[in-house]
Amino acid sequence: MWRDALLVAGKDLRIELRSRVVLNQVGPFGVLVLVLFAFALGPAPAPMLQAAPGLFWVAVLFAGLLAVQRSFALESGDRGDGLRLAGLDPAGIFLGKAAAVVAELAVLEVLLGAGVVLFYGARLHSVGVVAAACLAGTLGVAATGILYGALSSGLRVRETLLPFLLLPAVAPILLAGTRAWQAAMSGGQPVWPWLVTLSVFAVVYLALGVLIFGPLQEST
Amino acid sequence: MAPAVLLRAAVALTGRFPALAGADLVVAQGQVVVLEGANGAGKTSLLRVCAGLLPVTGGEAQVLGCDLRADRAGVRRRVGMLGHAAGLYDELTVAENVRFAVRAAGGDPAGIDPALDRLGLVGRLRKTPLGRLSAGQRRRVTLAVLVARRPELWLLDEPHASLDARARRLVNELVGEAATGGATVLLASHEPEEALPLADRVVTLAGGRVLGEVPGGRGRPAGRLGLAGDAHVA
Repeated sequence: MWRDALLVAGKDLRIELRSRVVLNQVGPFGVLVLVLFAFALGPAPAPMLQAAPGLFWVAVLFAGLLAVQRSFALESGDRGDGLRLAGLDPAGIFLGKAAAVVAELAVLEVLLGAGVVLFYGARLHSVGVVAAACLAGTLGVAATGILYGALSSGLRVRETLLPFLLLPAVAPILLAGTRAWQAAMSGGQPVWPWLVTLSVFAVVYLALGVLIFGPLQEST
Repeated sequence: MAPAVLLRAAVALTGRFPALAGADLVVAQGQVVVLEGANGAGKTSLLRVCAGLLPVTGGEAQVLGCDLRADRAGVRRRVGMLGHAAGLYDELTVAENVRFAVRAAGGDPAGIDPALDRLGLVGRLRKTPLGRLSAGQRRRVTLAVLVARRPELWLLDEPHASLDARARRLVNELVGEAATGGATVLLASHEPEEALPLADRVVTLAGGRVLGEVPGGRGRPAGRLGLAGDAHVA
């Protein structure tokens, strides 16, 4: 399983390095979300500071959606049943694809984090909390996305169906991630409940994916 | 010795359509069997069933000793399929595509370079992204994957399509070598002049069933090949 996961993650990341779709399109899209909301909130610093954590996660979720769609687009068209026919462990495929999405989103989050500081004037008291929240939240987004991506990949309406399935499912990440960021910005609020929520969410969806990605892949 | 392929009254559905409607076929290990029949006869579906891609919903189906009704994924690392879809990635180079496919199937990476050489994928071509290749060159890359993987069962769907005369001869040589090496080959083709000389048996399909078969031309003198019209009812 781990060998196959490494193989799939390496392949997806190599393709991304060549095509640069995530870097050239998904990244700018995330930054654009931040910039547009900054215009909508106006020049006053207080509402922008208050909205910054939530907007960071909204941008991550939208970008994650695009990254997941891209991950499954790689396997469509002329690729046919290539991954299934290769005999790879389905759990390995799931973990590998999730790992590649995590790596892509991690780069994006650095960019978005810089954007939040730059455009919204956010000051982070605890970078460690932000990093932990981003790691757990991103694992959750990637695991959920790959799972629902597999569910919708065999359907003609997959592009429109995936957001309907994925965005409500990752609402806990939006909530807990935002609260963890707010705690890191204020420095006084309790942060552990939100980090635990993010971690439990990620572990549950990673375990679920390892267990049911195979049957999902065979049934779509 | 257990047969490489054993189908008895096998039924496989594509949606609600019975792509295989009670197919019977037994193929011994090391045989080359050509599948022929009109479009929609069930040739590709039969190959997909043998690859463990299409589920069998009725009858009996065993490939390389694996019961496809119980575990159809278990057979995939042991079969190699050349289908309509290449199963390759446009962004990866020729060598990277073959390396990924071989490693994914748990094959020996030592076989990669000789396979690329054999298919004429040499020099700068190896470092060329697949998306820049012609249809014939892409077909050769898919064949290189098969040669490098050395599967026990080769499933070839129109293997001569998109290939020039030299590459077609090479395909014929590879099929012969695979069978001589102990592999079993199932080959679906609309080109009897290319396929019949390779075959031990020529099996005719229609409506998702095996109608009959005639001996093929493998190991027989040219001019004494079986014709589809001579098929006897199985």
